[in-house]
Amino acid sequence: MASWRTPFVADVAMAADRQADHDGGHGLDARPLRVLLVASAGGHWIELTRLVDAFAGCDCQFVSTACGMTPPLGTRPVIVVADTARDAKATILGAIRGLWGAFRRFDPDLVVSTGAAPGALALYVARLFGARTIWIDSIANSERLSLSGSLVRPVADLTVTQWPEVAARHPRLRYLGQIL
Amino acid sequence: MILLSVGTQLPFDRLVGAVDRWAEARGRDDVVAQIGPTTYRPRALQAFAHADHDRFRELQAECALMVSHAGTGSIIAAMELGKPIIIMPRDHRRGEHRNGHQLATLREFGTRQGVYPAEDEATLVDLLDRADSLQGCPCLTPRAPADFVAHLAAHVRAPSPPTLVRRIRNLWQGSTISGQVGPWN
Repeated sequence: MASWRTPFVADVAMAADRQADHDGGHGLDARPLRVLLVASAGGHWIELTRLVDAFAGCDCQFVSTACGMTPPLGTRPVIVVADTARDAKATILGAIRGLWGAFRRFDPDLVVSTGAAPGALALYVARLFGARTIWIDSIANSERLSLSGSLVRPVADLTVTQWPEVAARHPRLRYLGQIL
Repeated sequence: MILLSVGTQLPFDRLVGAVDRWAEARGRDDVVAQIGPTTYRPRALQAFAHADHDRFRELQAECALMVSHAGTGSIIAAMELGKPIIIMPRDHRRGEHRNGHQLATLREFGTRQGVYPAEDEATLVDLLDRADSLQGCPCLTPRAPADFVAHLAAHVRAPSPPTLVRRIRNLWQGSTISGQVGPWN
């Protein structure tokens, strides 16, 4: 049971941290929204960095799949998790382990991803931790929702596509415009 | 300097090979190439498998022309930096990707200013031969349009009751902070 006991020790430490934040802050609502932003390196990451103004004032923790990245918002160093894809089943466990650690340390209120597979996994982990979730499908998916996007629809509080034709075909899929 | 890139996930030897043969035939030694996980050994390219993200962005800013697979990352970067870019889509029927979304990307982006689509190797070589005449288009700021950001920000800030899991966790944390212990301690 040792492996089950440790999370709660961490929880206590985290809660104590928050209590300290509150004491030095302006009451219970002073704590900024904690947002975990997950995107694979490459296009998904660029799409996410173009959106960061929507998270101004939030406490942002970025997660990606490559080293040497500068966080586009805030000062928390980017957490690197293993990349994975649907045809590389062996790497999925590594990605989940990395994400689990990120959730344990950061404990986000909201998880946002622009893809791909690690971001989809992050939204499922978010459900287990009780965080809200937003999925923004890549602009590359102009004809249909990506596989990752389809998989996260049951657990995403908001699923966004960047193509009105795709939004028209799926109920509950939102079109907010394009990130370009 | 010409910068070739194929993304980090999959090899794309059809593109790398074509550019390599072109560089060798024309005696070009200024082609830098990110070639991904491949066994292909280029003869004329300054090649590496991967680069750190920020270092790669510097290369993109330095180069005169980008050549890449039809990945949105490279295309958006080219549009942000005002570089001309030649894109060749991965063909899933040849096993170069999991699905055909790069062909769709070519259709959506191939008509934009500064983006030069190469559906096959012959078109690619033709475009490379007139590299000096290709014009970039600095038509993108590094941030998404304000209305998209505003819509998204509204969802981010929307007041929402704590989820069930969160309420249970809050209860649990409250009890541990006040000194009580769980049943399994």
